[in-house]
Amino acid sequence: MISLQHILIFLGAVVVIAPLLLAVLLGLSSLLDLKVTEQTTTRAIQAAIASGLVASVAVLAGMLISGERHLASGTWYWIVIPGRYHFSVKFVFDRLSVPFAILSFVLSGTIGAFATKYLHNERGFNRFFVLYALFVLGMVVTSLAGTIETLFAGWELVGLSSALLVAFFHERAAPSRNGLWVWTIYRVSDAALLLAAVTMHHLRGEGDFDSLLGGGSWPYEYSSVTSNQALLVGLLIVVAAAGKSALVPFSGWLPRAMEGPTPSSAVFYGALSVHLGAFLLLRVSPLLERSIPLCVLLVILGLATAVLAYLAGSVQTDIKSVLSFASLSQVGIIVAEIGVADLLSGIGTAVSSHRLATLAIMFKYIALTHLLGHACLRTLQFLRAPTLLHDYHTLENAIGEHLPTSSSSWRRMAATRSRPSLYRFALERGYLDTLLKLYIVEPFQRVFRWCDSLERRWTDFLTGKASRESEQDKNPFGTIEEFS
Amino acid sequence: MNLQLVPWLELAILITLIGSPIVSRMRDPRRAYRFGMAFTGISFACTFLAWLAFYVGTPPELTQRWSLLYYLFGRQFLALDELSAPLVPAVALLHFLTAMSTSRTHMRRFSFSWSLASEAIRLATFSCKEPWILIGLFVVSTIPPYIELVNRRRPTRVYVFHMALFVFLLVAGWAIVESFGRSSGGVPWWAMLPLVAAVLIRCGTVPVHCWLTDWFEHASIGIALLYVVPLSGVYLAVRLILPIGPDWVLRSIGLMSMATAVYAAGTATIQRESRRFFAYLLLSHASLVLVGLELQTELSLTGSLALWFSVIISLGGFGLTLRALEARFGRLSLTEYHGLYEHSPTLAVFFMLTGLASVGFPGTLGFISTELLVDSAVEANPLIGIAVVATAALNGIAVVRAYFLLFTGTRHVSTVSLAIGLRERLAVLTLSALILGGGFFPQPGISSRHRAADEILEERRLRTGADTRPLPQAKRDVPRERIESSLH
Repeated sequence: MISLQHILIFLGAVVVIAPLLLAVLLGLSSLLDLKVTEQTTTRAIQAAIASGLVASVAVLAGMLISGERHLASGTWYWIVIPGRYHFSVKFVFDRLSVPFAILSFVLSGTIGAFATKYLHNERGFNRFFVLYALFVLGMVVTSLAGTIETLFAGWELVGLSSALLVAFFHERAAPSRNGLWVWTIYRVSDAALLLAAVTMHHLRGEGDFDSLLGGGSWPYEYSSVTSNQALLVGLLIVVAAAGKSALVPFSGWLPRAMEGPTPSSAVFYGALSVHLGAFLLLRVSPLLERSIPLCVLLVILGLATAVLAYLAGSVQTDIKSVLSFASLSQVGIIVAEIGVADLLSGIGTAVSSHRLATLAIMFKYIALTHLLGHACLRTLQFLRAPTLLHDYHTLENAIGEHLPTSSSSWRRMAATRSRPSLYRFALERGYLDTLLKLYIVEPFQRVFRWCDSLERRWTDFLTGKASRESEQDKNPFGTIEEFS
Repeated sequence: MNLQLVPWLELAILITLIGSPIVSRMRDPRRAYRFGMAFTGISFACTFLAWLAFYVGTPPELTQRWSLLYYLFGRQFLALDELSAPLVPAVALLHFLTAMSTSRTHMRRFSFSWSLASEAIRLATFSCKEPWILIGLFVVSTIPPYIELVNRRRPTRVYVFHMALFVFLLVAGWAIVESFGRSSGGVPWWAMLPLVAAVLIRCGTVPVHCWLTDWFEHASIGIALLYVVPLSGVYLAVRLILPIGPDWVLRSIGLMSMATAVYAAGTATIQRESRRFFAYLLLSHASLVLVGLELQTELSLTGSLALWFSVIISLGGFGLTLRALEARFGRLSLTEYHGLYEHSPTLAVFFMLTGLASVGFPGTLGFISTELLVDSAVEANPLIGIAVVATAALNGIAVVRAYFLLFTGTRHVSTVSLAIGLRERLAVLTLSALILGGGFFPQPGISSRHRAADEILEERRLRTGADTRPLPQAKRDVPRERIESSLH
């Protein structure tokens, strides 16, 4: 007898398999250098996104009808070393993951439809959609992950596809430079998440969220880890989330990511990717609320990011940068909301206050709603931005003069003497990139270049002459073009 | 005749030994290429059959009747075991694919004859457990690279200095260890030092690693790859040091390797030339493998052995991609953008795939091994865990930096087609299939590496009576019924 539970699990499998098939299809065709027409690519995307979306909406409907709040796919032990180790893959459908998966499908579908027209006859059409497919797969896997290892796999896919999309326009150096910057920040974030995953594994013997976050379904979970354990894992997770969501001090990558084509900017940085850190924080909120200092840190981090993004956004001169900083300020507020929710929940548990616990749950729902609404609004703004500028020009042409502009509020509020420094602070985006470059990147490069020069001196000494032919001016072997 | 009676391993080595002088007599590079490819191909097929025979459980005694070694010496000192069973075909495959993907521009420079001779030595090395024969093979294996450098009229001093030191320390070190091994008092701590030093030199541990980067500077890239990608130095450590080394020796090697892994990963990110970048990437991975081995836990050994196999396949593929690029564009500097994507999109995809596989990207062969290594490192010492994660992160940054510099940033103008050739495509596709296949279905590979780890630890237990730090059973275990229910 087929029960509703079986149907829901089948639909849940469709939600994951649809983007997986899309990634395999487009990825393999790229690997085998098979020419896929734009029409085929478009149809494949439509089919995958539509089936994933319909299945996820059906799962939501089924869960609402049956009153089920937490549905888990069977755990698949991908690797088992009996008695020693296991690596499990598991997907969870609850009130956090299903809305986020639906959001991913809706926005990816919208962007997919937009991009097939926007990139029509573009040389990188297929490349864009291979990366797009990997991104969608990464988003869906991350949203529905029931174990931290599964989440990590999705997280990495999102990171790689995002960095490569930033460098999508191959002919210029700036996108590549920015792509590398984004990738570097993402690697720091990935490293923190990997360490969190391993630490969690050691604390609980497995990476299952159910085990770490306790029983119950989101947002009513309760974790039994100690506050010190929560602080350790939580700090790593906050670093991971800060990297992914461009929170302070990693905010510099977000405007750089605007080098990519508009569709990817919209969906990856304006809507989905930038919210992934906030999603992770919501997912592990039962863990975070076990440590009050961590909750306070989260609130400070969120507010600092929001203020910085507001200031930086106020002095931007192009619309994509303005929108990216506007996104960031909202993400900062969402993170602060999560921090407040966790703080209330932590204090509520400590003083056994039911009212505080209820308030905390309300804040979690506010954060989730804020996240979903903001993602949709920002996608719309990103997609509308190019035509909006066109409309403004038409309007100005029609009335024969520039539209009136109003000065920003902080300019009116700031004292005259402090305005230049504040303006410079905003223009330099809080000097965050400069500080990272000055105190981390450059010393790092100096140390390793110095070591490299020592090595060269040593091999020169042994050889008795210049030992590195690779550093000679002329290419010693020539290229194939010289042979032909 | 029953195919199980054939000593496939010996046949594989014999074919390369016969092939080498035959190919050396050929003056036409294309003819040499065809024969070279045929010999390496047949040799690979034989090693594959040897691997198959091992896994179906063919007893070694069955092959005695047709064994040349048994006929000559009365015993078979070359045989596969759990450790070497997948490594030998992997090494043979690497030789075959390197020969196959040799482009016309490289055919004159790439010595198929020396490549076959080196393959024979390498296959014999990876299937040998007897210390003195192994040492002899390692000594002999240092000669072909020297001849390569001399033939190419490149400086040899750096290589000779390090390899002479290696050979001296290896022979002297093992002689000392063996002499003390016969006495009842055991091996004193200082007696291990020459042997440890020899292994560290061969593995390219900082500060005695410069021979490896210098080797990549001056040798032809194909020959350079084949000499170092199989990580022969790690094999030496497993066979000679791991079974008898006291804990402090293993810990010291582990710490030095960890420092090397981080240092090489950091240096890879600032390299100004693609070959040197590759050399450092390889050094970093070789050191990570050693770190896992020296932690001496079941998990770390399993992860490390899996990473070893992954490095041969993924960095082998990465090196072949780099070689294909060099065949088209010459030496590639990493100080400027080259914008090669439009001309060689397939090479760009393979570059990224193999590079990311080497740093353990999800869905690739290296993912689970890196995960296992990090897990066991954190368990042994959280600081080592952090260092392993930092190394993987730096290597990932280095790979993507090289990708951006080589394939993007500008538009390369060319008058001839620079697309990937059929043979190169077959080579990299084969490796990609292994990378993705092993990434999506890792259980068979991990189980095999786990058995090899067990075997190594058991040998160590028997020879030293050492406690090999087994993990607490309950901590990582999953209830069997849960696993079984999920499998059903």
